Amino acid sequence: MKKTPSTLSTLENAGLSAEDQLLFSNARPRPYEPYPIKAIEDFANWARANSLWILAFGTGCCSIELRPLMTARFDASRFGVAGRPTPRQSSVFIIGGYVSVKTLKRIVRSYEQMQGPKFIIALGSCPANGGMYFDSYNTINQFDLYLPVDLYVTGCMPRPEALLGAILELQDDIKAGKCDGANRYIEHFDEYKANQKKVIKDWNMPDYNW
Amino acid sequence: MIAEWFGRAGNFSLTLLIVTVYGLLVGAFIERTIAKVQGRIGIPYRQPFINILKTLVKRTAVSHGIMFYLGPVFRIAGGIGTLAFIPVIYGSETFANFSYAGDLFLVIYFMFFGQLGMALGAGESGHPYSAIGIARGLSQMTAYEVPFALAVISIVIQYDTLSITEIVAAQQGGWQHWTLFTNWVATLAAMLAFLGMTGYSPFDIFLAPQEIPIGPPTEFHSAYLSLLQTNRALFGATKLVLFMNLFFGGATGWIELMIKTLAIYMVAVVVGVAFPRFRVDQSIRFFFKIPTLIGIISIIYVQMMFTS
Repeated sequence: MKKTPSTLSTLENAGLSAEDQLLFSNARPRPYEPYPIKAIEDFANWARANSLWILAFGTGCCSIELRPLMTARFDASRFGVAGRPTPRQSSVFIIGGYVSVKTLKRIVRSYEQMQGPKFIIALGSCPANGGMYFDSYNTINQFDLYLPVDLYVTGCMPRPEALLGAILELQDDIKAGKCDGANRYIEHFDEYKANQKKVIKDWNMPDYNW
Repeated sequence: MIAEWFGRAGNFSLTLLIVTVYGLLVGAFIERTIAKVQGRIGIPYRQPFINILKTLVKRTAVSHGIMFYLGPVFRIAGGIGTLAFIPVIYGSETFANFSYAGDLFLVIYFMFFGQLGMALGAGESGHPYSAIGIARGLSQMTAYEVPFALAVISIVIQYDTLSITEIVAAQQGGWQHWTLFTNWVATLAAMLAFLGMTGYSPFDIFLAPQEIPIGPPTEFHSAYLSLLQTNRALFGATKLVLFMNLFFGGATGWIELMIKTLAIYMVAVVVGVAFPRFRVDQSIRFFFKIPTLIGIISIIYVQMMFTS
């Protein structure tokens, strides 16, 4: 049988040099099952929904709509939303607007370093269909080919109210157990990776950033 | 004998639970107060509990090595150990914990212990911001421990004992007997050290949000982080109880404890919202200058006033 990437138990990490390969883990990520008892999973989902920590990574111009959320006018902290400067501790990634290929590489790295369950809100028109950058040479048009998106907020740019509404809707979805983007990413890992590698030409990082 | 020890351990578990919950609630209260000042509503009171729960039920976690596992464990062991030897309520058998004749020295040692464990754990995470945060945190700790130790030595000379229970006992019988009034120089030095201990502005150089994003715990996530969050509340409340015992006459009931500890905490908060962050060198120079000088004066003062 020919060895396709999906049948390998470890990742190839072909983008790394021989000595760098020793420094990085080549383990494949595995999908995670919810708790066997539904009441416990519901309780965990309630906690996850009421404590959304947003990764402070502004990827494009819509990120400017993120800042007012913490100010006196909108005050997202009353819904348990807080900013987190490190991907390790955050659970929500807000893709703020257009995604250039250079940024996509950093987004993939940061997203994979986040601990599951993790959620992505795509803000603005650009991650959905390219928006006003639809024919740009260095901007991707459809973000969910590269990473799983849980919620889209359209507009150019959306108002902070729209973003706040999206966060509340995300909370409802998490409580209902619908947001499983992290597992979707792992289950279709090879397709996502192939898409990412198609646009990111200088792939010099491990295949999964543990 | 064994039954008695089991009883004390049970009592201590109760104290631990109350102090942790109280620490989390105080944290939420302070957050809400700051939010009100800024014209916001602020987080709900249950938010710290949900945050701990959420980090605990995260589905994934990665490790960077054995010390990375042990860092948060040492941290919370430092917090629990500090509380274990502080009598929380004066005159209460239940809430006296494992207080004994020389507990003051042990408590001061335990306050170091958690920080050093955390330094090892964060060091192994390999993140450069962790290393910078640790370097800053430990150097600042060295600096503020000097005035704090001088203040403690001063009150040890004043009350001629190393037992926290006896120090509290000596302050009973009215507010004029508190160390705050009998030895205000030592209290001043200790309260300046307290500003550094709480890590609010201007002494938040080791967490330093927006500068070295949150410093030492940068790489800690999932259950590691929930341990650190629990310890943050527990250790914060424990330090308040210690300061209340040493300088503000202790407490004979939980209501008195809450009022006094909140008042002590407010000192750090008010200074925190009023001042911007120091640079590393400014912070350390500050502690080695004025508070250390006040600490030395407090020892001279206590020698002149209380020993014949």
